[in-house]
Amino acid sequence: MTSVDRSRVAVVVALAVIVGATCALLSATGFDVGRAVTALVGGAGGSWFAFGSGTLVRATPLIMTGLAVAIAFRAGVFNIGADGQFLLGASVAAATGLALRGAPAFFVLPAALLAGLAAGAAWAGIAAMLRARFHVLEVISTILLNFVAASLVSYVVRGPLQEPTHIYPQTESIPIAAQLPRFGSATRLHLGFVLAVGSCVLAWWIVRYTAGGFRLRVAGANPHAASVAARIDVTRVTTTAFLVSGAAAGLAGAIEVCGVTYALYENISPGYGYTAIAVALLARNNALGVIFTGVAFGALEAGATAMQRDAGVPSVLVAVVEAALILALVAIERIRLIGATPESA
Amino acid sequence: MSDSLAPFLEATVRTATPLLLAATGELVVERSGVINIGLEGVLLGGAFGALIGATHAGVSGAYVSAVVCGVAVAALFAIFALWIRADQIITGTAISLLALGLTGTLYRVLYGATGAALSIPTSGPLHIKGLASLPIVGTALFAQPPVTYLAFMLVPMVWWWMYRTHAGLALRATGESPAAALAAGVRVRRVRCAAILFGGALGGLAGGTLVVAQAGTFAEGLSAGRGFIAIAIVVLGRWHPLGVAIAACIFGAASALQYLLQAVGLDMPYQFFLALPYLLTLIALAGVAGRVRPPAKLARADDA
Repeated sequence: MTSVDRSRVAVVVALAVIVGATCALLSATGFDVGRAVTALVGGAGGSWFAFGSGTLVRATPLIMTGLAVAIAFRAGVFNIGADGQFLLGASVAAATGLALRGAPAFFVLPAALLAGLAAGAAWAGIAAMLRARFHVLEVISTILLNFVAASLVSYVVRGPLQEPTHIYPQTESIPIAAQLPRFGSATRLHLGFVLAVGSCVLAWWIVRYTAGGFRLRVAGANPHAASVAARIDVTRVTTTAFLVSGAAAGLAGAIEVCGVTYALYENISPGYGYTAIAVALLARNNALGVIFTGVAFGALEAGATAMQRDAGVPSVLVAVVEAALILALVAIERIRLIGATPESA
Repeated sequence: MSDSLAPFLEATVRTATPLLLAATGELVVERSGVINIGLEGVLLGGAFGALIGATHAGVSGAYVSAVVCGVAVAALFAIFALWIRADQIITGTAISLLALGLTGTLYRVLYGATGAALSIPTSGPLHIKGLASLPIVGTALFAQPPVTYLAFMLVPMVWWWMYRTHAGLALRATGESPAAALAAGVRVRRVRCAAILFGGALGGLAGGTLVVAQAGTFAEGLSAGRGFIAIAIVVLGRWHPLGVAIAACIFGAASALQYLLQAVGLDMPYQFFLALPYLLTLIALAGVAGRVRPPAKLARADDA
């Protein structure tokens, strides 16, 4: 084994040790590990209800934000602002649904979803413009915009959109016409899951079979060659990908409001935009793969929620598992965003 | 107006301190050609370390523990960035996520879900005799916790080290042209590793400052994006220690602005003031970017 191979193995072992040690600590401080695992598995797939109403409902925003991140990564854009774009999409979708109270469903529902989609794209557009015009690193700008978005939601649910009694920091429920239909009365699974899967298939087809998709792949794989050899306007391609990425994340927020919460409140996203990075990387930024990794992380998070409820184990533990997975992946596969291009000088 | 000016200046220096510490550390890291986006995780690690240290060994124990934890988080990043040569941005993001999850889990496990009854020793202001009673600037400059004096004393020290010593030259050469540095006998990977660990020590200290000298407690996600703001401050400070100090103070002032505006009677939703530092960072980045030049080999994994 070369030294790099050895250090990779060492790292994977070290990550396993971190996760294992955390679990050991949990059991040492009095948590019932057996009960926690039972709750985790049962909450994720113990029954058709758990799988449909827990895992798949939780997977829907993860698939959509995972798709958002995957599209951006494919184009060499490091959009870690999916969380902020999600929040903007959720806010604008809720506002649209509330404003169009009384209008028929065939108009309100698409209007709310499209408004959320546009809001996500616009929010990403700020970072895209900063990148294209001023060369501001999008890693920094998108994260800063996440914090601004969180403040914005906090203001909206305490100010202009607060429910009429002015007691709770959340909006009124959106009208039934703006709600995504569910698959029967016995499940919480809603049409949004189908929209998410459909978006992934569409994105996969576009990236795989269209000229625009080809430009996206080339610009992401080697921007220098793309501009010199293929005469591709790389800035234009990456900006478009950034906007589409924001649109997907915004739609994710709109779907969450119209399909699950029916209202806007502060912690509507438990960090979907960050989990999305793991979802996208695990799927190797392939839009079809995102469906499966999204469901896998949906199961993990639905299980973790049950684990916190039934065994008192903090669900933030999932972040440790996700981070360890990302690190193990970069150690094994050497995924690259920067450094993939040959020196131009 | 002058009644509110003194608290404004005091708040400016107080908020600038952790940003200055973290940004000075990140400056050294970036001048070696590495970008550690995991700085947010380093801060969180330092903050949690300070909490553990403070409950068992008082204020000085808290700072030592904060530095140790910051270095530990940075060491994990160094392994990935230098030995595995993984993508620095993905690794850094994952390390921030890891630190958030680990500190959040451990906090709830060790201190219960509420953590409300938590009271830890804190670091009070150190009054400089004679100067602290100066009008307006007295409390801002001469009645701060000891770590603030340290943070500002580090600025000329880092400047001198970076531009007037052999080691500093080796650092800058590593960031600009690792191949040339290697040919000149500089051990590139060792320099970068030392820089990352130094950045970890200062980042950990910054996290410790948040707990011991400011919040007086720990909360999940306590650092609230300060690591990312510090990275932006390095850009705004044009990768120069003095520039970084000025940029950190500007952001301290931006955060402290709410006290001044509220004193003047400007009625704005408080969320606006929460968002203000992030907004100003974005605007400032747009203002300087394109006119500043980062170290030539920043974040290029191949040349480690």
